[in-house]
Amino acid sequence: MSQTVVAGRREERRPAPPPRRRRKWSRRLRSWGPGLLLVAPSLVALAIFVYGFAGWNVRMSVSSWRGLRQPNDFIGLRNYRELFVDETFRNDVRNLVVFTLVFILGSLAIGAFLALLLDKGVRGESVFRSIYLLPMAISFIATGIIWRWLLDSSTGSSTAGINKLFVYIGLDWLRSDWHKTPNMWAIAFIALPAAWSLSGYVMALFLAGLRGIPEELREAARVDGATESKVYWHVVRPLMLPVLMSAVVILTHISLKTFDLLYAIAPLDARTETPALYMWYTSFRGGFFARGAAIATLLFVAVALVIVPYIWYSVRSERRR
Amino acid sequence: MRRTRGVLAMTAAAAMLLALSACGDDNGGGGGGGGQADKEVEVFTWWTGPGEGEGLAALIAEFEKQNSGVKFTNAAVAGGSGTQARQALATRLLANQPPDSYQLHAGQEAASDIKDGRLEDVTYLYERNGWKDKFPKGLLDAITVDGKIYTVPVNIHRSNLLWYNPAKLKEWGIAAPPKTWSEFLTQAATLKAKGVKPMSVGQTWTQMHLLENVLLGELGADKYKGLWNGSTDWAGADVISALDMFKQVMAVSEVTTQDWQPEAKKVLDGTAAYNVMGDWLDAYAGRDQKKTYGTEYASVATPGSEGVYNFLSDSFTLPKGAPHKGAAEKWLTLCGSTAGQDLFNPQKGSVPARTDADKSKYKGYLETALKDWQNSSTTIVGSLVHGVTANNAWKSEIEKAYGVFFQDKDSMKFANAVKTAYSSVGK
Repeated sequence: MSQTVVAGRREERRPAPPPRRRRKWSRRLRSWGPGLLLVAPSLVALAIFVYGFAGWNVRMSVSSWRGLRQPNDFIGLRNYRELFVDETFRNDVRNLVVFTLVFILGSLAIGAFLALLLDKGVRGESVFRSIYLLPMAISFIATGIIWRWLLDSSTGSSTAGINKLFVYIGLDWLRSDWHKTPNMWAIAFIALPAAWSLSGYVMALFLAGLRGIPEELREAARVDGATESKVYWHVVRPLMLPVLMSAVVILTHISLKTFDLLYAIAPLDARTETPALYMWYTSFRGGFFARGAAIATLLFVAVALVIVPYIWYSVRSERRR
Repeated sequence: MRRTRGVLAMTAAAAMLLALSACGDDNGGGGGGGGQADKEVEVFTWWTGPGEGEGLAALIAEFEKQNSGVKFTNAAVAGGSGTQARQALATRLLANQPPDSYQLHAGQEAASDIKDGRLEDVTYLYERNGWKDKFPKGLLDAITVDGKIYTVPVNIHRSNLLWYNPAKLKEWGIAAPPKTWSEFLTQAATLKAKGVKPMSVGQTWTQMHLLENVLLGELGADKYKGLWNGSTDWAGADVISALDMFKQVMAVSEVTTQDWQPEAKKVLDGTAAYNVMGDWLDAYAGRDQKKTYGTEYASVATPGSEGVYNFLSDSFTLPKGAPHKGAAEKWLTLCGSTAGQDLFNPQKGSVPARTDADKSKYKGYLETALKDWQNSSTTIVGSLVHGVTANNAWKSEIEKAYGVFFQDKDSMKFANAVKTAYSSVGK
């Protein structure tokens, strides 16, 4: 009895402070509530379809799942340990490093070159822009099949593709075995089509960056007697750094997960295999789903290592602004 | 402003995601049942290419004639050797939504599906239809697992064939195709001197196709069979020397990353002398390239494998939990019947698995192939690349080891890798 009284008294006392807090809460809610509400479906979908499944994938990578029955066991890091001594996996990682380097440097170089050309002002710029962007509109699988023909290494009368072009224009000595070259650079020849197809995108990024640099800055440098190349080196280059950063990050994560292009050009070929392909072969041809999950997890970590610092950096610099 | 736009973009993305997830779930309804009154049957294959597509269409037409009122759903996924199809199928099986019947290569490719309890034992269909005396014993042995049969073979392909161009061979001064692999190497030297490529080889699976036939030719049928059941030691001296022979053959060949057709075409066009490929090449050369068997192109057993039929077979299964079991049984019965096999095979360019098929329907290459297949003195062995001798797990480990072997050319290491894989996943 006395308790209820106490409780009643408490309840009487309580209402006093809340109005203020509630008003504060409701004010806050009113400011970012609608936003949260709008984002909520996306957050839920992300939580389930991205993070939920990524987590599930990690879980599978520490099980012994092989074949069409899924066990619910836990075998620790055995799949990872096996991967690190797996010669195929090491070979694939090395290929991936070569691929990434050539691909990024290639598309940055081509993209930057095209952007500088367009930046100098040409007639019909928009036409050129579309032409340079076009390769990106072609799916990687189609690019792959086209380049498989172009990179044909047959000799003698069955010479074809780029080699044949070399013969036509009298540059026979440039003939190459392309991605059938028997050394670690074989995959570099597949990175070239990849670089070609994304160079337009890099060009668009760079062009936007270049256009964002106020003309006054260049003018000022010119007034101070800087030559045109000095203007580019000392004024334009530093201002382009953020654009370069985002281009590198985007290209790196595309490179890490490239699958279709490599698969279309040379399926099951160890010279041009990367972890992404190995993951698919071993899971769906061999039924080693746990091993595939382990590779996927490693790729996920690798992508995160590139992306997370970048996000951290850009959030910080945005806040500073 | 920026924030509003961000929110808008996020919302749009969320809406798209939700729409996507809603699309995924249109597979409900149906399911369960079986019995005689099935109104439909769904059959999963990878037969979409020329020849095989027509063959399947002929089978479907016959099925619909026999079972009017049953709707036939052709769930075909394109892609040679079923690579893409297997992946699509694995997804369905894992989700417990099997089709009523799906295509498999007969033999060990079915092993993991059987072990994981995905397939029904269909021995009763063999007994009901009296098939046990109609299929050759070597084939039945190869597809029987622990005394039970889970697949119905529709056709038989032959892997161990050496294709050549008779007129061109004469022109290059070569009397006959080689009988052994060392004879091939001798011929290769002659051919190279004349600027002709001795052999054309394509992407990895065609290289492994060559590998299995070099092993067969060098080791003989018995030891070759032993490679797959553990009775032949992979690291033994004879296997190693066979692998070394394979390296020599590869060294004189032109190896590309094309699929098999462009490589076969080099032989038809006379820019390469030989190509080792299964007998699906016949349909390509005859039907697609309009060449005549015997004069413009011809085939013999690969060196050292005369009298041996290195087979592979497309077959159909009855998955556990098939929604229309009754109709699926009717489909399997048609596939195993003489009528069904004689409708399908002349189109596909393969021979019927049954030995009592109508010989008059098979012309050109198929005539000789059928004679060999039905000859009781022919030794039957199974193909590795085409799923007969190794289960999927072991096969993919062999493919992996081959990738390393292809680069470092270390026969002993390759043999040991295959051996290790056998003891961990092959049995």
